[in-house]
Amino acid sequence: MTAFPAQFQDWFASRGWSIHPHQQDMLNLAAVPALLLVAPTGGGKTLAGFLPTLTELSNSSHDGLHTLYISPLKALAADIKRNLQTPVVEMSLPIRIEDRTGDTTQTQKKKQRADPPHILLTTPESLALLISYEDAPQIFSGLQRVVIDEIHSLAESKRGDQLFLALSRLQSLCPNLRRVGLSATVEDHGAIANILAKHPDKCAVINADPGPPPNVEMLVTAEVPPWSGAGAKYSIPAVLNQIKKHNTTLIFHNTRAQAEIYFHNIWLANEDQLPIGIHHGSLDRQQREKTEQAMVEGKLKAVVCTGSLDLGIDWGDVDLVIQIGAPKNIKRLVQRIGRANHFYNVPSKALLVPANQFEVIECVAALEAVKAGELDGEPRGSGPRDVLCQHILICAAAGPFNANALYAEVVSAGAYATLKKTEFDACLNFCATGGYALRAYDQWKRLQYRSDGNWHLRDPRSAKRIRMNIGTIQNTDTLQVRFKGRGGKSLGEIEESFAATLTLGDTFLIGGQIVRYDSLRETIVQVTRDAAKKPKIATFMGTKFANSTQLSHRIIKILQYDAWPDLPSYTAEWLALQKSVSRLPEPGRLLIESFPFDGYAHTVVYGFAGRNAMQTLGLLLTKRMEETGLNPLGFLATDYATLIWGLKPVRDPEPLFKIEALRAGMETWLAGNAVMKRTFRASATIAGLIERNYPSAKKSGRQAMFSSDILYETLAKYDPDHLMLNITKEEAMRGLVDFGRIEEMATRIEGNIDLVSLDRITPFAAPLLLEMGRVPIKGYAEEELLAAEATRLMSSVGLKST
Amino acid sequence: MNKYDFVFTGVSLQALGSGALYWPTKNLLCVSDLHLGKANRMARHGGSQLPPYDTCETLNRLSHDLDVTRASTVICLGDSFDDLTAIKSLPENQRVWITQLQAGRRWIWIEGNHDPGNYSFNGLNLPEFSEFPLTFAHIARSKTTGEVSGHYHPKATVNINGRSITRPAFLMDDNRLIMPAYGTYTGGLRSDNRIFTKLLQETAYAILTGQKPVQIPMPR
Repeated sequence: MTAFPAQFQDWFASRGWSIHPHQQDMLNLAAVPALLLVAPTGGGKTLAGFLPTLTELSNSSHDGLHTLYISPLKALAADIKRNLQTPVVEMSLPIRIEDRTGDTTQTQKKKQRADPPHILLTTPESLALLISYEDAPQIFSGLQRVVIDEIHSLAESKRGDQLFLALSRLQSLCPNLRRVGLSATVEDHGAIANILAKHPDKCAVINADPGPPPNVEMLVTAEVPPWSGAGAKYSIPAVLNQIKKHNTTLIFHNTRAQAEIYFHNIWLANEDQLPIGIHHGSLDRQQREKTEQAMVEGKLKAVVCTGSLDLGIDWGDVDLVIQIGAPKNIKRLVQRIGRANHFYNVPSKALLVPANQFEVIECVAALEAVKAGELDGEPRGSGPRDVLCQHILICAAAGPFNANALYAEVVSAGAYATLKKTEFDACLNFCATGGYALRAYDQWKRLQYRSDGNWHLRDPRSAKRIRMNIGTIQNTDTLQVRFKGRGGKSLGEIEESFAATLTLGDTFLIGGQIVRYDSLRETIVQVTRDAAKKPKIATFMGTKFANSTQLSHRIIKILQYDAWPDLPSYTAEWLALQKSVSRLPEPGRLLIESFPFDGYAHTVVYGFAGRNAMQTLGLLLTKRMEETGLNPLGFLATDYATLIWGLKPVRDPEPLFKIEALRAGMETWLAGNAVMKRTFRASATIAGLIERNYPSAKKSGRQAMFSSDILYETLAKYDPDHLMLNITKEEAMRGLVDFGRIEEMATRIEGNIDLVSLDRITPFAAPLLLEMGRVPIKGYAEEELLAAEATRLMSSVGLKST
Repeated sequence: MNKYDFVFTGVSLQALGSGALYWPTKNLLCVSDLHLGKANRMARHGGSQLPPYDTCETLNRLSHDLDVTRASTVICLGDSFDDLTAIKSLPENQRVWITQLQAGRRWIWIEGNHDPGNYSFNGLNLPEFSEFPLTFAHIARSKTTGEVSGHYHPKATVNINGRSITRPAFLMDDNRLIMPAYGTYTGGLRSDNRIFTKLLQETAYAILTGQKPVQIPMPR
């Protein structure tokens, strides 16, 4: 057993603490090359991760970087720095701690490269940038440990893939580097352990005591939730009441737009002027920091927030978490519950607030899952190659590299362990020449193979461009929002697609304020304050979460009950009504409703396969409907259903669902649909084909930028076997498309389709009509719509369209 | 044909869905901002290596418009090439292709800011060209009448029931007509940009390109 140094024992004692068993385990296993700690939030996880570092540094004169700490959130890095300072200062340890994120100043960053601190706290993106520098070997020399916090949240994303590729690089620079992962409670820690360790090495796992089960309930209000919508405005009196009863309440929302609306509405009802703040990723940094500071100081009674406050940030005296809207997966819910009461042995307290009737059922299902200790997770495929392409470019920016050595490094990252050499070579070729069938760039290669056996950047200046485009997070293009006038205050960002729908005088919500759109200057939306009562809703694409399979199964199970005494009476009545006018979805069968509404034929398919799969189903079905002359106009997908509207009603659904036809449709369909184009845009940006940032960009003006759709179409037409199209297809299949779940569903329901034709909308379908995220079917219908609108616009100015 | 008939300063013209302008009585076809060789220039400058098929695609569309209209005069309204090196870098088959398109036609290259002093191909090289009552120039001038220009790559957006459709567009008022970019890898400047709202009168129109070109009041 590794001794816990007396100095540390005293410090723990002075705070009335004793070391947790898992913290001691971390010290005992400090020397293993890969170590994963699985512990519930509030279990002193971060300190456990740092104890070996602190003890090693406490009695040594280690020079340079010792421990690299990586967190998924900038805010988390800043928070940890604050928390670590306490033991370091109080024990007078000779340890320098600094953070380095997108928010760190240039001067500070330069200093860190020349003289790294003992502990550097950073994010995956900042690490990727660090390894792209020529002096990376100097920066990281002496590095002993890397601590990856909240590793479960990175393990399933491209950010994680990038991180582990960067680690493979670091491991070559520092062969004795020890890897430590800190994870919240997850279903399958084996998968995380696998990607944490250098492949094929083993990873040691420490499982901490999970602590008492959380105390989660649904907030049942006197007010009846609406049939549809996600605002949960009805809950505000009850929520305000809860806020009064607790020290600090976090009110989580699934989207930024919902957070904005809720914040606006809660203040309209906040007669006692309770201090309530707002925090989400699209707000101006200063405003976010103000909210964070106020929280630390205990000045806020409540914060309306989104995922930006989701991960292990330990702020203030939070004793209640309220989740507005159904949590889309159970893991996320458990994480959020962890926010309340950061004491290891006290159960956390959380309340779920369903936003509408359907979510009542989702919430009940989620509660059952939490009680059953069930955590969901979807298996993830092999490492995405767009991220690999970016990694190759990053390595090239750092200096000449040998292809075989780099390949050996890459396959030591778990997600890429099965990557074939030919696949690697194709990515390298893409980075070097663009990888086109037409070898147009032989003269202008990005990377050149030279006689020293290494790959070099042809133009050293391109290193800068590569660095400017590092990262795998897809920001949809956003525009800054500022108050009008010189030096107007910055409020945050909105998406360009939303900005495009604004016309002079339109109002929208941002940072809890209603503002009026004035003008667009370059990339800045200028606004003025406005007292309008009914603002438009700013849309943030952000992340739309899909219900997990496990949660969907639980929901269907609940629907099968004969009666629902556990549900609020209004929800039970709603289900009974659906049952009497139509049917309820059943496991092993597929319910389809067909009814006219608003002049169009509407078809609702209750597949319960999660939003991604339902979206793919929408794309495939509308294609089949187009082929069979049903003239679909568009569709919308939610976690449980796909709604399709068009000119003709579905009378015979069986042929639409023939799995062979769906699969055959998949190939041709894949080439031309909006989802593929969106995926292409993301993957091509990550892989370095599309540059988001240019040196001296502002000058070029918007006419220099063109839509990635054009690139996609050109490539598909002239070079259909190109690597980028392969990657796009792979990524579309994996992320957005979820074809596997559809296949599973189509097989499961074969011959078990229940078509219910009605003359009007059903209780279950009503909420769908108000959902956001409609996907238009582009084609002949769009030309018709455009022509009709043009005629209307022309006649509105008293002219005839020719 | 995929076109929109309209009258500009008393002249009957056709906006083609491809973004070309056709003047039937003169049998004249005008295209603007081809930016041939753009992918090549970007790769040369150490940027990303875009699919090198843009020139081919642009020439394909131009061939098609020439086949359909059988135009005897062609005006390339400037920025025909992305830069002068791009001209030199054109593969032999594309140079031959351009020459073939020129065969039997009067061909006018208007000088643009991207391709000043381009004398690599046959045809007339001019800063501007007049065919009464129209004048063809690359960049719109401050005071003018009957002027056809390009340069700004205009596009326009229509919102229909929450669906927003954006297309390259012709913009025009009583005095001037601004053409959309014809090149494949060209972006656009929205019609509500100050440049356009200052250049064009309140009563300006936009003609959206596409399968079925349509005219609308210019969104500002």
